[in-house]
Amino acid sequence: MSQRHPVLTMTAISKIFPGVRALDGVDFRLFPGEVHALMGENGAGKSTLIKVLTGVYGTDAGTVTLDGARVSFTGPMQATAAGVSTVYQEVNLLPNLSVAENIFIGREPRRLGVVDWRAMRRRATELLARIDLHIDVTELLGSYSLAVQQMVAIARAVDVRARVLILDEPTSSLDADEVAQLLRIMRQLRDDGIAILFVTHFLDQVYGIADRITVLRNGRLVGEWPTAELPQLALVEKMIGKELDALESIDADAGNDPEAVAAGPPLVTAEGLGRTGSVAPFSLTIHQGEVVGLAGLLGSGRTEVARLFFGADRADQGQLTVDGTPTTIRNPVAAIDRNIAFCSENRRTEGLVGELTVRENIILAMQAARGWLRPVPRRRQDELVQRWIEALSIRPANPDLPVRNLSGGNQQKVLLARWLITEPRLLILDEPTRGIDIGAKTEIQRLVVKLADGGMAVLFISAELEEVLRLSHRVAVMRDRQMVTQLTNDDTLDADRVMNAIASGGHEEGAPA
Amino acid sequence: MTTTPLAARADRAWWRVPPRHVPVLATLALLLVMYGVGVSQYRAFSNVQVVFNIFIDNGFLLVVAVGMTFVILTGGIDLSVGSVVAMTAMVSASLLRSGLPPALVLLIALLIGPTLGFAMGCVIHFFDIQPFIVTLAGMFFARGMCTWISASSIPITDGFWTTMAQERIRIGESFVSISVLIAVAVVLLAAFVLAYTRLGRNVYAIGGNPQSALLMGLPVARTKIAVYTISGLCSAIGGIMLSFYTLSGAPLIAVGMELDVIAAVVIGGTLLTGGSGYVFGTVLGVLVLGVIQTLITFDGTLNSWWTKIVIGGLLFAFILLQRLVGIRKK
Repeated sequence: MSQRHPVLTMTAISKIFPGVRALDGVDFRLFPGEVHALMGENGAGKSTLIKVLTGVYGTDAGTVTLDGARVSFTGPMQATAAGVSTVYQEVNLLPNLSVAENIFIGREPRRLGVVDWRAMRRRATELLARIDLHIDVTELLGSYSLAVQQMVAIARAVDVRARVLILDEPTSSLDADEVAQLLRIMRQLRDDGIAILFVTHFLDQVYGIADRITVLRNGRLVGEWPTAELPQLALVEKMIGKELDALESIDADAGNDPEAVAAGPPLVTAEGLGRTGSVAPFSLTIHQGEVVGLAGLLGSGRTEVARLFFGADRADQGQLTVDGTPTTIRNPVAAIDRNIAFCSENRRTEGLVGELTVRENIILAMQAARGWLRPVPRRRQDELVQRWIEALSIRPANPDLPVRNLSGGNQQKVLLARWLITEPRLLILDEPTRGIDIGAKTEIQRLVVKLADGGMAVLFISAELEEVLRLSHRVAVMRDRQMVTQLTNDDTLDADRVMNAIASGGHEEGAPA
Repeated sequence: MTTTPLAARADRAWWRVPPRHVPVLATLALLLVMYGVGVSQYRAFSNVQVVFNIFIDNGFLLVVAVGMTFVILTGGIDLSVGSVVAMTAMVSASLLRSGLPPALVLLIALLIGPTLGFAMGCVIHFFDIQPFIVTLAGMFFARGMCTWISASSIPITDGFWTTMAQERIRIGESFVSISVLIAVAVVLLAAFVLAYTRLGRNVYAIGGNPQSALLMGLPVARTKIAVYTISGLCSAIGGIMLSFYTLSGAPLIAVGMELDVIAAVVIGGTLLTGGSGYVFGTVLGVLVLGVIQTLITFDGTLNSWWTKIVIGGLLFAFILLQRLVGIRKK
């Protein structure tokens, strides 16, 4: 490989956002005719790197060279013109136009200024035939499946004479057959000499197609390896990292013994619960006073499981039992009625209303549960809000401040307070500690332990394995949208065993609880 | 797409209609049914002149609706059209009264609409303000200008205008006015632009998804401003045609016309959210409105408000139809 020259080299790239060093001296190179997987957990800096490359962001330091010449794109259009095309997870095409037009719009073949439809159709058909896609190019793009749309996007991308093709999570919403077809196309393009940067969360796909892997973590380069030299377990370790945790240790076992809780009355039981295209059927029981952790890489289906429990997505198979009564949870309101609360992963867009005050945000769920015709009296509001601001030490302790002015950790606490007011029996926490400082993190972890001691069942989702292990009585492991195993958190369970389960799909450890 | 090749049709059952054509075909069916009812009820209805009269009476509406089709295809709306029509007629009438030569009057009158449209398009695009609000402001501005020019109606006695108003072009036993020829020309030109030029295709692209259109490197700004300018130009042409038709400029003429125009475009199968529709559909939409008016005139006992009631019902039905077609597609 030494005599080959990389088509693209990024050297010592740094990118700083206010308060965050999103990329810190990252190197990346891409050879012609290879598929190079860019791996890393959420916040590792993958998207930032791609955006720097395609000119969406400028760099704070570092250089990008394309074919030996230094480049600095001012936007995706310029990058595309230079031969660096990107296909995003959400297909950025036009569903209301025909397939042919989606490939050629903006550079339609014309005769005397008039769009030459016949030539456009012929060329589109030829182009798609090259990637072995035989469809009617005059049909609307929207009438085809997402997979086909994705392939059309790729066809458009490579037809502008791309030398570098960036595929940003192209497979996340495709089914197995569609993925196989997409990977086949990728191989073909690779053999044609195109350099492909592939971002995905699916380990199988990485090992199925990638020639090389670059791993990022927390904005830093962890390393670059040929795929053959990096076993799955090593990859998972490098992605998640085993940092020495600066947090005070919290002994979950001091509260409840895993065996004892598991023997207690089950609160919620899922049997074969699943949703096509979202998460494969799984069975999971959560007992009163039990913390069940969901471990797995980003995109492995952790959030999807939580959404099924909360009715944010409707399960299309399986049965959910709450308190021994089989139930169908059609929507979040039904879940709230059954005392299930869900702190979403995305507190800015799904949870909190930034313009409303701390008080209003805290009261929101309770008000929704009561119905809008019965407003919560102001005195009671003040009382409740005050109590929770103190209990969770929300700072600044001013209930009339708009929530968006609070720090991430405090926003998270406001969201928690909102749900705790409704006195839930099952609390679902999706990444409650992501992006918040260590102090707030510890407080939230302590709170989880305390709530479980008080008999609340908690479904705890976190990308940080250490945290999951510290808090959970039981750990359910997700991989590629399947719940592969459930491990009881006794003395023998450590991060290695969980990582092993994530990497191997639980085959060695397969002992469902 | 206006052209569908035979090759593609071959593997498709001949009776299977692509969903995007359903609204237009529904309008066509409705139009035929209404015409059939007219013919069966009233003897004189089958006279070809009845159809020509619909075109004569609604030629200016058709032209304005063609401009509106461009705007709605991008997902926008233009509420100023009625006022611009009135303003153009007013300006023409007052300039003619002051003795300017007709050619110069025509030129000035035809420039006002596109200029206002261009300005509104710029505001909509560069300040990212809702088209609804911007064109509402344009509507009030243009209507205000009408009354500023004159609070009462100004008659037109110019020779060129009266010729245009009275000239009859014979087609067999029947006749049409010059305005009808102008309308047909505008329709054909617009259909060509939408189907065969980059500008036209970009109009559809923006209506489909402006974000994607931008990422695909299409000139979103230029196209958006262009559609409001085109709509302004069509309104100006419509205004001139209206002044031919009425031989006057009146400050309160064409009040609420923008709503008839929008109704015609939507009944013609163009999606209000943009990205799907045809000029041919808009022609059908205008004809549906015209046939309803004619049926009510023929009946003689019904109040003309029935036109509005029927249009209201139809509009509702067509929006539901669009929704259903949209859902089935998903």
